[in-house]
Amino acid sequence: MFNYPKKLKYTETHEWVKKEGDIYVIGISDYAQDALGDIVFVNLPEVDDEVYVQESFGDVESVKAVSDLFSPVSGVVCQVNEDLFDDPSLLNQDSYRNWLIKVEGVNETDNFMDADEYREFCENQG
Amino acid sequence: MASYVVNTKKQQQEMLKELNMETLDDLFIDVPESVKLRTLNIPEGKSELEVYNDMSEIAAKNVIFKHIFRGAGAYNHYIPSIVNTVVSKEEFLTSYTPYQPEIAQGILQSIFEYQTQMCQLTGLDVSNASVYDGAVAAAEAALMVQERRKSDIIVAGTVNPQVLAVIKTYCASRDVNLIVLNNNDYSIDLNDLENNLNDTVAGVVVQSPNYYGIIEDVKTISALTHSYGGKVIMHTNPIALALLKNAKELDADICTAEGQPLGMPLSFGGPYLGIMTCKKELMRKLPGRIVGQTVDTNNKRCFVLTLQAREQHIRREKASSNICSNQALCAMRASVYCAALGPGGLKQVAINSASNAHYLAEQLAAIDGFKLKTDKEFFNEFLMSCPVDNKELTELLAEKGILAGLPVENDILWCATEMNSKKEIDKLVETIKEVM
Repeated sequence: MFNYPKKLKYTETHEWVKKEGDIYVIGISDYAQDALGDIVFVNLPEVDDEVYVQESFGDVESVKAVSDLFSPVSGVVCQVNEDLFDDPSLLNQDSYRNWLIKVEGVNETDNFMDADEYREFCENQG
Repeated sequence: MASYVVNTKKQQQEMLKELNMETLDDLFIDVPESVKLRTLNIPEGKSELEVYNDMSEIAAKNVIFKHIFRGAGAYNHYIPSIVNTVVSKEEFLTSYTPYQPEIAQGILQSIFEYQTQMCQLTGLDVSNASVYDGAVAAAEAALMVQERRKSDIIVAGTVNPQVLAVIKTYCASRDVNLIVLNNNDYSIDLNDLENNLNDTVAGVVVQSPNYYGIIEDVKTISALTHSYGGKVIMHTNPIALALLKNAKELDADICTAEGQPLGMPLSFGGPYLGIMTCKKELMRKLPGRIVGQTVDTNNKRCFVLTLQAREQHIRREKASSNICSNQALCAMRASVYCAALGPGGLKQVAINSASNAHYLAEQLAAIDGFKLKTDKEFFNEFLMSCPVDNKELTELLAEKGILAGLPVENDILWCATEMNSKKEIDKLVETIKEVM
């Protein structure tokens, strides 16, 4: 029932990653946005902030919960999707088109799952 | 009081038996012996008459001045009797900040109305349900504006020293670099402000009217601070807002105030009320709770706790504040006070306070050696030189039943409100001449 685009990589904390040249684009998965419910607030780092693998780089707040966002890579933020500040529900509408941040200078990455592995991972979640 | 439930020794025993316990101490078995109080030496009970007499004797040691010419953070205003009548209703008097909020519609509505009034008074978009006092409000605001790369806080040297002390305490535990500005002729030194502003400054705290009663140029301070990306926290006297420009007109981002002048008695220093309002963009950083109005499933008007920083409850390591409560009863006093006076009445209180203070200044200045320390515009208080030892003078006046202005260094900080009539002011001037 959820969308798992083949061209993306995924983490166990439900972030997705797409490599565009030297830049890593990061977002949250369809599974994650559905689990959160209506998203009302997104808190993201600023350009030039450093992010680290498996460390929190921001959070998303839904009517149900506040969840930390964990970085799949270590590097420096080079772009932030500011559209999300005005309309956080964009993440509910399409969490793949509406990325969160772009990171450059990446020197470390998490162990990623491909789409099939991630689908299986999600289907095994209670 | 309908809800006080007594229990007899016999009932206690029955309850203990039900719990499979023998003594009341068994209830506290988890508390280590070392921290239990064992030495309480409370004598047998006294009759009501004896207690009343004892307490009256102790209470009579308090000096309550009939003539008050002192402010410095707490102001003597008339409190319409409806304030006490309304807040003394048991339903309100015993209401704590709502923790199971939606079943407590009455207290939620009272907080909603308080918030609405504070937004109207300060001109800003959002008010919280209140915090403990004005100093806490200012300090919480200093933490509210912290950002990843902006953590310095600049505080005007003209804020109330007690407010500054609380801000210092808050910042000390947060690794916040606090800069206190120099004064220039009893107001903020704009050059010193500009010299200290840079892109690591999170916010500037300015008080207007300031500790010396002077109206600060908040508009210029806001423009300067914003040009460096910092936020402006305007600390104020809520009565002054009815007459002077409010926080919105002065482009402050957050407005904080000691709410005591809005219907709270002086009461030896408390409990008072911390007012906090802010622009919408800072709403999610506003500590405490915010009550909102909505409709229920039957489309009827109702109230909810609409927003509270969840960090404080479920993500405490990320919290910028640990305030989860509010000052419900005092907020209600402020709300009833504002409703009783209305915008026109509140403005009249402000005008009368300012006029009386200016009359007081004029009359005092006619005495040799009493001179305003600055010509700058003031609201309801002002600093004046004193030709004799200022503490000695205030003591002499105290003997005559007059609470004089506050001795500040060698000067005196005088204050008047609508409570100080022309006759009373003339009498003060006469008495000063007499005792000098």
